[in-house]
Formats: sequence, C-alpha cells, structure tokens
Amino acid sequence: MAATVADTKASMAYAEVNYLNEPKGLKSWLLTLDHKRIGLMYFFAIMTMFFLGGIFALLVRLELFTPKQDFFGADTYNKFFTLHGAIMVFLFIIPSIPAALGNIILPLQLGAKDVAFPRLNLASWYVYVTGALFAIYSMVTNAVDTGWTFYAPYSTTTNTAVISMTMAVFILGFSSIFTGLNFLVTIHKLRAPGMTWFKMPLFVWGLYATALIQVLATPVLAITVVLLMLERGLGIGIFDPAMGGDPVLFQHFFWFYSHPAVYIMILPGMAIISELITAFSRKQMFGYKFVGFSSLAIALTGFMVWGHHMFTSGQSELSAVIFSFITFLVGIPSGIKIFNWLATMYRGSITLQTPMLWAFAFLFLFTIGGLTGIFLGAISLDIHLHDTYFVVAHFHYVMMGGTVMALMGGIHYWWPKIWGRMYNEKLARFSVFFVFVGFNVTFFTQFILGTRGMPRRYYQYLEQYQTLHEISTVGSWLLLLGFAIMAFYLIHSIFKGKVAGNNPWGALTLEWTTSSPPPAHNFERQPIAVNGPYDFDKVAAEITYEGTPGFGETVVAKKETTEVKH
Amino acid sequence: MSKESSQHGHHHVLPLSTYLGVASALLILTAITVWVAQFHFGEWNLVVAMIVAATKAILVALIFMHLLYDNKLYLVVFASSVLFLAAFIIITMFDTLRRDDIYEFLEKPIHSNAAMYQVDSTKTAAGMDSLKTMMPADSTAK
Ligand code: HEM
Ligand SMILES: [Cu+2]
Repeated sequence: MAATVADTKASMAYAEVNYLNEPKGLKSWLLTLDHKRIGLMYFFAIMTMFFLGGIFALLVRLELFTPKQDFFGADTYNKFFTLHGAIMVFLFIIPSIPAALGNIILPLQLGAKDVAFPRLNLASWYVYVTGALFAIYSMVTNAVDTGWTFYAPYSTTTNTAVISMTMAVFILGFSSIFTGLNFLVTIHKLRAPGMTWFKMPLFVWGLYATALIQVLATPVLAITVVLLMLERGLGIGIFDPAMGGDPVLFQHFFWFYSHPAVYIMILPGMAIISELITAFSRKQMFGYKFVGFSSLAIALTGFMVWGHHMFTSGQSELSAVIFSFITFLVGIPSGIKIFNWLATMYRGSITLQTPMLWAFAFLFLFTIGGLTGIFLGAISLDIHLHDTYFVVAHFHYVMMGGTVMALMGGIHYWWPKIWGRMYNEKLARFSVFFVFVGFNVTFFTQFILGTRGMPRRYYQYLEQYQTLHEISTVGSWLLLLGFAIMAFYLIHSIFKGKVAGNNPWGALTLEWTTSSPPPAHNFERQPIAVNGPYDFDKVAAEITYEGTPGFGETVVAKKETTEVKH
Repeated sequence: MSKESSQHGHHHVLPLSTYLGVASALLILTAITVWVAQFHFGEWNLVVAMIVAATKAILVALIFMHLLYDNKLYLVVFASSVLFLAAFIIITMFDTLRRDDIYEFLEKPIHSNAAMYQVDSTKTAAGMDSLKTMMPADSTAK
C-alpha cells in the first residue's frame, strides 16, 4: 500500500494506453472480448433505451395534464404506457446495473483480467440487441397495449403486435441468463489471491445474489411467454377461460419471475449504495456479513412472495394470507441494510461529493418505496389501493427512487475510472437537485392521487384530480431538466474533463489500484487483496486528501504515518 | 478452489453391478407405476405418482449422471433448481386447489373445453358461451 513519490505522480496521470484506444477501429469494438468494452456497449444501449422509455413517459404525463383527451386517444395512450413500462423494465433497468456497470467493474474489483467466459459475455450483448430489435419491430408495426404484464386473456385476444414483443422478452431473458451465469462463475473462480468470500466488496455480493435470481427465475419468464404465444397462435386453452383455461394461472407464471425480477433490479442498486456509503464515510461497513447475507436472504425469500400482486385477482384466500405473511418477511433483510448503512455513516468522516448525494437520494426514496410496499402487502389495504396511482407511486419510488438513483450514483462514482476524466461537480450537483426534486414532485403527488381513488392506466379522469395531475406533469419536466444537465456534463467530460487519476475518491477496493482508464488486461501485475475492501481504519494514515474535498480534486496516496491507530 | 480433481481426466468408474442394480431398480419402479395405476387414491394419486417418478429421477441423476461422485457444488446447484421448481408448483397449488373456498365453480381441470379439443372449433370463437356451460346454474345467476 505504501506509495513512493513516483507512484504518486503516476497515479495522478491519464493512462495514455488504455482499453478505450487499444486496439483501435470499429471492428475491434464489435468483436471485442474485453469486459470493459462490452460493458460500455451495454451502457450505450441501456442509455438509449432509458431515453426512449423516458420519451414515452413524458408523453403519458403530458396527456394526463388535463382530464380530457388532449393529444391522443385511448388506444395510443394504452400503447404508450405499455411501451414505457416494457422498455424501462426489460430493456433498461434489468440489464442496467449488472450488464453495464457490473460488467465493467466486477472483474476489476475481483482483481481479475476478465470475466470467466468472455465470448459468452459478447454473445449476451448481441442477444440483447436482437431482443431490442424485436421490441422495436413490435413498436413500429402495431405496438402493444396490454401493459408490461401481458395479462391473459387480453393479451391473447388483442389485435396489437403481442407476439413480437413477447418474443423480444423471451430473447432478452437469455441475455440476462448469460450475464448471470458468467458472473456466478467469475465470482467463484477468478477472485484475486487473498480475496476470501468475506473480503469481497459488497458490490460483488450484491451481483452474486442478483445472478442467482437471473439464472433461477428467468427461465420461468421464458416459459410464460412461450405459453402465451402458443395460446395466442393455437388456442390451446391454458389461460383463456373461454377455452377452459385459468387466467389467474398466467399471473402465477408471470409473477413467479417478475417479483424476483424486482430484486434483479434493486439488489445491484443496494450493492452500489454499500460501496458509496463506505467510500464517502471512510469507514468499515457496519455489519458487513449481515449486509452480504441479507442480499442472499432477499434473493431467496423474494421467490415466495409473488402472490402479493394477485390479492384482488381471485386467487384462493389461503394463498393470499400466505403471500401476505411472507411479503412482510422480505421487509426484514431490506431493513437490515438500511440500518447498517445508517450505522456506517454514524461518526464517519462524510464528504458530500456527487456519488454520495445520489446515495442520500437513494436512502430517502427507497425507504419510502419499501415502506409503502409493506402497506400494499397488507391484504385489507391492498384491496383499496390495488390498481390505483398509489401502486404507481410505490414502484416508482422503488425502481426509480431506488435503482435509478443508485445507478446514477454508480455512474458518477466509477466515471473517472471508466474514462479517466472527471465531470464538472457543480453541474453534477444541479443535476442531483433537479432529479431529486423533480422525482418527488412527480411521484409523491401520485401517492395522494392513489389514496383518493385515481385508478392507473386511464387517459381521462374526473376533474377533481386535475391539480395533482398537473403538478405531477410539471415534475416530469424537472426530471427531464435534471437528466439533460447530466447528459451535457458527462459527455463534455469525456473530451474536456480534468484528468482524474487512479483513485480520486481514496477508496480501497482493487479497481482503484490500476490506472484510469485501465489497460486492456486491467492490471500491470496481479493484485493481491491484503486488506478488506473497507479497512479504512487500517490504512487511513496512508491516504489523504489533497485540497478541500468536494470539487473533483484528486486524492493521492501518501506515505507519512503508517501506524494503525485504534 | 483446489478440490477439482474429479475434473482433471480421471473419471470415477463404477462397477458394472451398480449399473445393473440401478437399471433393474428403474424397471421395477416402472412396473410399480403400471401396477399402481389400477388403484384410485383420489387426491393422493398425484403424490404417489410423483414419489415413484422422483425416485427414478434421483437414481438416474445421482448414479448414471455421476452427480453423487462429482464436486458437491453441482449437486447443490441441481437440488436447488429442483427445489425452486417444487416451490413454484406447490405454492401455486395452494391457490388452484383451494380456489373454490371462494368461487365454487372454478375448481375444474383446466383444458376440458380448449379449442384444440373441440370438434367444432367455430363455437369456441364465440368465447363466453363455453364459459357459461362451465359454470353451475346458480353461480351464473349471481
Ligand atoms: C420491501 C420490498 C417490497 C414490497 C414489500 C413490495 C410490495 C408490493 C406489493 C404488495 C405490490 C402489489 C400492489 C398491488 O398490485 O396492488 C407491489 C407492486 C409492485 N412493485 Fe413492489 N414491493 C417491494 C419492492 C419492490 C421493488 C424492489 C420493485 C422494483 C424494483 C417493485 C416494483 C413493483 C411493481 C412494478 C409493482 C406493480 C405491479 C403491477 O401491478 O403491475 N417493488 N409491490
Ligand atoms: Cu412483488
């Protein structure tokens, strides 16, 4: 860990030869086996999808500005909210953290040269793109108006392009399975010497739990959409009551995947938060093992709660009671995480740089999202709130307030590692501000709308709801502003940003020991995990800030006092 | 991470007698399946059939497919995937078998009037007619 003056100079420089520019040419990108390049390709793909899904969201909100029809009719409205949901869930949020950020960072954190199966990794990207093309084909032909849940029998009878969209979902599932499988093997086999399971960064623990769900649950989604396609094409009568089928069975199939899928979305987000909280509090994670195992506990119990989406579907009372009870249990490991993060910050030396601001946004918003989930898990309350805007607000607080805030935190945290350059921190703070305020203006109003009885998925509504809907729509513009600022300064930083150096935050995980951007093979020498990922108390003396923390200054390793103080 | 000797060339060779023993066990179990079919256990039919079938599957996976002798991690992976499938099916059956706690007319085998079993397929297109025939008169009257 000791650094000489020469090392210190090198650690502040921009690595001239790195994975971005060596080898060169389009072909070297399209056929690359480098996890960092594949991760970046995923990153561009998901950001495109975030943009597309965002446009549909803005359009939906725009139509809801007044109670009457303004811009488009009921059919178009149904298609737009379906496309918004399907794009955001299947094409953006599920691949976002694992396939994009995880791909880039996981091998670096493990001290590995690459993932275990680089070719499978590249294949997963192409499978993803193929799935995206099917989704786009569906959009430009007749789109889908079923909602992202494709509930039968409507989805087997509507005349919209259901088959191409479910085909897209089927294909995208495989890309998710490939990524999960790859990560599982990588984590088992490619950890640096010295990195025991309990010296793994918590980001790795989170991705491990996520990968388990991806591998175990996604096949069920594939089966579900295949059955749906067969039903639609051949009229087999599995789900359609008119043909002797059971429509509630479809919901069992669908949610057996899709509830665990919400943990595919949130676990990697929580994993990023663990990294941010420790790095910017400069403290050992409080209850490291509990945080790691709570990811596994969430992954496993998350498989048993799917029926809480079906309390009003006519499932048996017995099931409803069992599902409600287990739903409450899932709250426990999530609570463990929240309290451990808070305890980690307690008496830490906290610096409020941009990634940490995103982490605060996450803590605040995810807590609201999770607690309202407990409301909905109580059957008697869900009878009233089901299919109202309350549910819409709940899952946006979890998926956007949780996962997207964490994703943004992760992007801002690892950006200097990925590009070797720092973004403008002042603008970044504006962006956090507008996204945070815009988010609450958009979605908190929806909790109120929901409790007053505003149903979801309607394009016209009673006049009494208008004020709240107007506020919510204005909020969506604030969100747009926040993300537009972010797009501007991030793109700007790639070309003009200040050189970041190897370890701008003074963090201790292995990805910060290599140059920024890293070389094609990640490390000059095989790194060895000597300390735990958050042993700030042991190495605190070596790492000090240069300048006042806050505005993109660089932290360098200095060897002055190495004694460990306790 | 160093206990992978079983992967490096030397395969675990089982005596022929083990293979023959397992094969005859499988045959006997098949005979039991046929024999047991003449009894009617009502709701327990499924349980009996699954016990026999699961025993066979376990024998094949453990011995013929060498799960018992390989790295135990593979056994854990295999067993947990089976457990998840079981969780899915069993928890779903808490619903499908007990649906009539609320709606007495829904506990019926699905499929019975699916399009593919209908001689006159034009009739099913009408949809709701066939649904009505499924429900007892009193529940449609509600
Ligand atoms: C503490 C954890 C959570 C609990 C207890 C919980 C509980 C619930 C319940 C009971 C519902 C059903 C509401 C209804 O349909 O009336 C629901 C809906 C939903 N939740 Fe959660 N949830 C949790 C976490 C999450 C996460 C992490 C996500 C996504 C990242 C999420 C996304 C959704 C979505 C998309 C729906 C709407 C389903 C639909 O009706 O289309 N939830 N949640
Ligand atoms: Cu759920």
